[in-house]
Amino acid sequence: MKFSEQWLREWVSPDVDTEQLAARLTMAGLEVDAIDPVAGVFSGVVVAEIIAAEPHPDAEKLQVCRVSNGAEEVQIVCGAANARPGIKIPLATLGAVLPGDFKIKKAKLRGVESFGMLCAEQELGLAEKSDGLMELPADAPLGEDIRSYLNLDDAVIELGLTPNRADCLSVRGIAREAAVLSELPFVEAPLAEFASTITDVLPITVSATEDCPRYIGRVIRNVDVSKPSPLWLQEKLRRCGLRSIDAVVDVTNFILLELGQPMHAFDLDKIQSGIVVRHAQANEVLTLLDGQTIEIREGSLLIADETKPLALAGIMGGEPSSVTNASQHLFLEAAFFAPDKIAGRARSYGLHTDSSHRFERGVDFELPQRAIERATALIIEICGGEAGPISCIDGLMPAREPITLREKRIEKLLGMAIAADVVESILRGLGMAVSVVEGGWSVTAPSWRFDISIEVDLLEELARVYGYNRLPVTPIHDSLTIQAAPESLRGMPQLRQQLVARGYQEAITYSFIDPAMHQAMAEGEEGVELLNPISADMSIMRTSLLPGLIKTAMHNAKRQQARIRLFESGLRFLKSDTGLKQVPTLAALLTGRREPESWSESGELVDFYDLKADLESLLSVSASTISFAAAKNVALHPGQTADVYCDGQRIGRIGALHPSLQAKWDFVNPVYLFEVDQQPLLERKVPVFSELSRYPEVRRDLALLVDRQLAAEDVLQTVRKSAGEYLSDLKLFDIYQGKGIDPERKSLALGLTFRHSSRTLNEEEVSQSVEAVVQALQEAFGASLRN
Amino acid sequence: MENLEGLAAEAAAKISAAIDAQTLDQVRVEYLGKKGHITALLKGLGSLSADERPAAGAEINRVKEALSDQISESKQRLDQAAVDARLEAEKIDVTLSGRGQHAGGLHPVTRTIERISAFFESIGFEVVEGPEIEDDYHNFEALNIPAHHPARAMHDTFYVDESTVLRTHTSPVQVRVMESSEPPMKLICPGRVYRCDSDLTHTPMFHQVEGLLISENSSFADLKGMLESFLRSFFEKELSVRFRPSYFPFTEPSAEVDIQCVMCGGEGCRVCSHTGWIEILGCGMVHPSVFEASNIDAERFTGFAFGLGVERLAMLRYGVNDLRLFFENDLRFLGQFK
Repeated sequence: MKFSEQWLREWVSPDVDTEQLAARLTMAGLEVDAIDPVAGVFSGVVVAEIIAAEPHPDAEKLQVCRVSNGAEEVQIVCGAANARPGIKIPLATLGAVLPGDFKIKKAKLRGVESFGMLCAEQELGLAEKSDGLMELPADAPLGEDIRSYLNLDDAVIELGLTPNRADCLSVRGIAREAAVLSELPFVEAPLAEFASTITDVLPITVSATEDCPRYIGRVIRNVDVSKPSPLWLQEKLRRCGLRSIDAVVDVTNFILLELGQPMHAFDLDKIQSGIVVRHAQANEVLTLLDGQTIEIREGSLLIADETKPLALAGIMGGEPSSVTNASQHLFLEAAFFAPDKIAGRARSYGLHTDSSHRFERGVDFELPQRAIERATALIIEICGGEAGPISCIDGLMPAREPITLREKRIEKLLGMAIAADVVESILRGLGMAVSVVEGGWSVTAPSWRFDISIEVDLLEELARVYGYNRLPVTPIHDSLTIQAAPESLRGMPQLRQQLVARGYQEAITYSFIDPAMHQAMAEGEEGVELLNPISADMSIMRTSLLPGLIKTAMHNAKRQQARIRLFESGLRFLKSDTGLKQVPTLAALLTGRREPESWSESGELVDFYDLKADLESLLSVSASTISFAAAKNVALHPGQTADVYCDGQRIGRIGALHPSLQAKWDFVNPVYLFEVDQQPLLERKVPVFSELSRYPEVRRDLALLVDRQLAAEDVLQTVRKSAGEYLSDLKLFDIYQGKGIDPERKSLALGLTFRHSSRTLNEEEVSQSVEAVVQALQEAFGASLRN
Repeated sequence: MENLEGLAAEAAAKISAAIDAQTLDQVRVEYLGKKGHITALLKGLGSLSADERPAAGAEINRVKEALSDQISESKQRLDQAAVDARLEAEKIDVTLSGRGQHAGGLHPVTRTIERISAFFESIGFEVVEGPEIEDDYHNFEALNIPAHHPARAMHDTFYVDESTVLRTHTSPVQVRVMESSEPPMKLICPGRVYRCDSDLTHTPMFHQVEGLLISENSSFADLKGMLESFLRSFFEKELSVRFRPSYFPFTEPSAEVDIQCVMCGGEGCRVCSHTGWIEILGCGMVHPSVFEASNIDAERFTGFAFGLGVERLAMLRYGVNDLRLFFENDLRFLGQFK
């Protein structure tokens, strides 16, 4: 909402400057977004008249004008096409300074002397663009300073209003606020009924009484719409951001801005028989004022006549029944449409108008009569004509129920008591009816407030007007309730720190991804699609965090980063039979050198086992049994991929990006990825102490030949099962395949450590265990000892 | 006994000339060993008369001791030299960088969320997370934002279907907690939120931390006190804070909180649009309708809620001047937040 400060001050004028006034409004919840002067900074410009205009002897487009400022005549060379004798224009006299610190001096244009400059609106900072000289009304007094004539020492204040304060979408509403904030009376002229001079009435039928509880109309005959709006009216509209259209539209816009009542004027001759306010039927069509023709949805509220829709009620008028320069007779409308019935309607047609904006939020339902009387008077003042009597159809008007405001509740919620006289004066200043009851007040909200229905609404009003910053501040105080933190759970911060310490950088990528990336990395699952994505490549909710990490790696690889270690934590979104699952997930990506390039490293690249070690470090404190099993995955290298299991449940995958995708996405080096559910990572075992053995350990190393394809984990499990209870540690410390052994086999070197908790193991016991292991391996895998 | 002096001089010369421990030991054996020259002289004492024997013995022992001292002195010197030589040989360039991984870093958004969480956890708040694809009820209805409410226009919502949205704030997590537990409660809900808006100052995804406190006696004054403490603690500055009336459907009274601009100290600069103030968060007392939706007695309990924009706080805290950098994940950017 933009308004002119001068206009506000016509209603109420607090004794503060513009900045202070703006601060006062802002601190009461009417946030001032901008303050702009209504004109550029200039001086020395006066009202003048062109007496004569002769063509310039040496320049086709210039004229030599004789211009009078009332006291004297000067010669001015002017290039404007509309410069002609008889018009009044702004004259920048010698010594004048125009916006941009442009000084007017005596000049010679193509040999003809010029003593000043005739101005266009643009040159005075009154318009962004203008076409020709600014033409002033014929009655403009010669010689008067333009600034005072046009009242230009004014500011445009723009408010960013919250949706609850529709009552401040007018100068009247803002004035009421300014008055209460400045402890000034708010005085409004009494309702002036315009005496009708004719008896014409248009029949009005309201069938949609819930949507339109009040409809007021009046016939005005014999108007001359070709008469321009007076300067003061045009200026007021301009300062509030509206262009002058014609006198009738200008007057309705003036009422909209000043009182907040949207109005509409119809060409009476285009209305068949009478007005009908009704819901739309199927297949009705209307061409709107903005030129577009819409198919009206059944049930939309219409202003119609006996045969056709005339306007989308509360949103926009129709083009065929609109007032034009040729219109002779008008039908003027001011109505109240119920906010909850009209809400969302405009948007459903892709429309948003000054009118719909106000009606959706609530317009003072007692305002239509005041508005129509004022509009009638102004139209007749400008365009002439005769007004008929007002027709008013009332349906079910909104009720304003009394609200009980308890003195104690004020103190409880705001943290301080407010004196009774202050409470009453604030509420009365806002237009509420206040009466004292036991323990507090009974308060009834005025017709223009749609945001006051319960006690806390009143508390907000009190706090707001009293001043939020005058309310007390209580230091943090609380009874200590300590949340028990189970040791068996750790938080993501700890896991993130662990990855950071291992050289990973955290990334945060968008949850919506490119469907192509989704397709490439998905494990066959379908993603959740957005109905209204911001763009096609951000249209599907990720079912995996890997596309985001890959995209991040690509972005950085393109910027000469070859060594990339990333992780991300967040939800992935999976459709399932039981509904949507949103699974907290952790993923990481590794590519490039194993260590940062330095004097001490050899340039070796990371491989699967680097990433696996990092994942294992996160899983090492798990309370569950974690295992890895070779797996196939469309996006990953078929020979370098594993599924990760927690107590037999699959919790994720780890592997090398498939070489074809690596090539497709321009990665120079192999890329390794893992993605696991967060939950198993967060559960950890609580340590249980076991006695330290004081007896020595015994180690035996075995070199075994096994089938080349055999998974090491299978061998280790067999060893653990068969080695007996004294096995305290097991290591696989070498793998060899190649020269010297059967090409179908590989050699595994195992280190078995035995220890007893309360005595020294004897040679025989250890040998028996080792023999049992060898035998078990031989039986299970045909393993043989290597000589 | 002239022989003794000659031997002593000869031995002394050889001791001095020894260049390593081994040569030195050979000299010791040659003169002081079992078959050494000096030892031989001692053995020869028996052939002397009883009168001569003590004087001669004392003389030989004097020479022997002197040589012995000389040898151990020399040995010490040679050992030290050997150690020195070895240390010298083992000298390295200690200014070279260490071996192994460099530390990575957290994303500045995470870092900021952890900082915010740490403050509120220290005063007993619980951190709660929740779904990001949310139903219309929890995102809007339960928060006093019915369909067609003008406030919905303030949220440019991403839709999955007619009644399912990407959450536009983390408040629905609070609703879920209110539904499932009894007050009093103190919680903060950090997380991703989504709005269908993308330009210089908006990204379609960003982060919020929303807080909720419900008890039998919390007031607007408590809200003010807590948020002032938080903001001063977060920026580590005694900055001015002001509360401005505003509107959110789920709180009343509602406020926007401004802090004195951290860039210019309130003098006015580009960041604060020359006002000296920066809008930093929204807050208010929980609206009775929100309590009612979750079956909490609005007469008995009062509470307050607040919402912080994480990226905004991070930008102000670290001086980041472009919101979009947060989601480009350029390592040159991320690496600045180690």
